[in-house]
Amino acid sequence: MSSASIRQESAIEIAESRKGKLGAGVYSGRSRVVLERGYFALKSSTWAVVASGFVEPLIYLVAFGYGIGQFIDGVVDGNGNPISYAQFIAPALLATSAMNGAIYDSTWNVFFKMHFGRIYNGMLSTSLGTLDVALGEISWALLRGLAYAIGFMAIVTPMGLVPSWWGLLAIPASVLVAFGFAAVGMGITSYLKHRQQMQYIQLVMLPMFLFSGTFFPLTIYPEPIQWFIQALPLWQAIELIRGLTLGILNLAMLGHVLYFVVMIIGGLYFTTRRLTALFLR
Amino acid sequence: MIRLERLNIRLFQRRKTLILAKDSKAPETMIIAKGLTKVYGDFKAVDGIDFTVTRGESFGLLGPNGAGKSTTMKMIAATSQRSGGDLLILGKDPNDQGPEIRAHLGVVPQQDNLDRELKVWENLMIYGRYFGLSRKWLKVKIEELLDFAQLADKRNSKTEELSGGMKRRLTIARGLVNEPEILMLDEPTTGLDPQARHILWDRLFRLKEQGVTLVITTHYMDEAEQLCDRIMVMDKGKIMAEGSPAELIKNYSSKEVLEVRFGSDNNAQVAKELEGIGERLEILPDRILVYAEDGEQCLEQIIKKGLHPVTSLVRRSSLEDVFLRLTGRTLVD
Ligand SMILES: Nc1ncnc2c1ncn2[C@@H]1O[C@H](COP(=O)(O)OP(=O)(O)OP(=O)(O)O)[C@@H](O)[C@H]1O
Ligand SMILES: [Mg+2]
Repeated sequence: MSSASIRQESAIEIAESRKGKLGAGVYSGRSRVVLERGYFALKSSTWAVVASGFVEPLIYLVAFGYGIGQFIDGVVDGNGNPISYAQFIAPALLATSAMNGAIYDSTWNVFFKMHFGRIYNGMLSTSLGTLDVALGEISWALLRGLAYAIGFMAIVTPMGLVPSWWGLLAIPASVLVAFGFAAVGMGITSYLKHRQQMQYIQLVMLPMFLFSGTFFPLTIYPEPIQWFIQALPLWQAIELIRGLTLGILNLAMLGHVLYFVVMIIGGLYFTTRRLTALFLR
Repeated sequence: MIRLERLNIRLFQRRKTLILAKDSKAPETMIIAKGLTKVYGDFKAVDGIDFTVTRGESFGLLGPNGAGKSTTMKMIAATSQRSGGDLLILGKDPNDQGPEIRAHLGVVPQQDNLDRELKVWENLMIYGRYFGLSRKWLKVKIEELLDFAQLADKRNSKTEELSGGMKRRLTIARGLVNEPEILMLDEPTTGLDPQARHILWDRLFRLKEQGVTLVITTHYMDEAEQLCDRIMVMDKGKIMAEGSPAELIKNYSSKEVLEVRFGSDNNAQVAKELEGIGERLEILPDRILVYAEDGEQCLEQIIKKGLHPVTSLVRRSSLEDVFLRLTGRTLVD
């Protein structure tokens, strides 16, 4: 290594290059370094946890899609064309795994870093801002969502469970879904004080998984209940991804996308505010 | 190895030129606080204090537990918002220029916040990355810091595997990764062995020579005397006194101190009979301190009264005595 080539802007020059820009007090434009930390930490983490998020939807797929699916026929897509039960639930399982991965990272992991690891104390005594931290952590959850989505698609596509080419877009859609869940998840976690409160999140997630049109269509419910479920994020995610894998596009999908954009912005806003209140007050 | 050494020298030189270049236009006042206040609920942890710190100075905060030292440090470090008063660091207001101010600072908090999921080397690397410094530059800088902290052979250890003192040294090294202009050290040597303390003092002294401004809190008087040009004594969120160690001793203590012990049960009793001897008495559970111009003479007076201390000692006044006088407490309690 030749020392002459080492020229480095000072930390001060780097920080001052953002002087006066919008949000300079909370954002330094360096959320990617939070991802770098995630990479360092991942190297020494337990791979079993990472792998389980990948295997789980496949297990459901085998058990329900091929096990119970044998006894089910007459499943049709949105246009009335017959499809297999496995084709019906595969996109729902993809959406669910995006949700689970994002929620795991943004709740349990974030809670630990916040209260026991003192990680954010360290980050926020440097020239990073609270939005850098929020965005970085949420992006980390999103990367995990992306990895799961690619893995899942790589397995179910050859099995013929993704009839449409639009299905390729299910991967970016999963990332969007993961982003939305991670943003809201981290926002909520930042308000929690006790480990027990984390269990409430789980309490909401399981029924949402079972009843959001994952395994059967909403039409079996009375109308008011349908309305309620349609307001839930997992239903929005499943509709979006199912539309893509089955190749049935309509305007409602833009609504689903918008739903997640709102989740992302809202989640980021509350997380940033809360981090400021917790670590910089 | 030799090559590395040369690199280190280069890095130090670069810092020097950087600071010199800044000197011409940079404000001489690094920190200025007026009526600085921090309220937790309805409790005033810092109660309207005024002070300034100038470039290259080494400024000490002394005070008993709960005096508000760490709270003050956090406000300066732009990690805790003040509840009232004014605070400018390098001419910037931490309320709205937090990240910019923090780029100038190296922070060694009282409570370690090393990244426990990361190894020693990774801790330094990622901390430098938080400031936006390049990996290439950091790789060289980290070698310098590992030497500084004497942790070169622990580079691949997890931080949990380090001893308390090693963690402290790593935290200090981490605080230097961005070559700060102001280094904030909250009880830097608590938990260090005497040798490590002396090495650290030496390193801090060198940083000071390079023009780095130091803000230090400590419970060790020898440390304060060694390192600080100027000291602010705090108690209950307020400033009790301010000045150089010599000034403080001159203003708040006598030239000499006579320490006498009559046994723990007798001290309070005997103290009554000592009234009038010396300028002032301080009665501690284990000993009585007599403040006077001439300690030997006081001892003679005591013996003339027919009192026989178990042990006696005459010494020069120190910051410890100033502290006792101002706060009514010994330092390490
Ligand atoms: N986050 C907090 N919430 C409520 N009270 C606090 C908080 N932080 C500090 N305090 C209170 O403020 C006062 C000053 O605390 P601080 O940590 O500044 O003391 P200190 O001078 O650093 O003491 P020590 O020598 O023990 O480190 C204490 O009474 C403490 O209980
Ligand atoms: Mg303290």
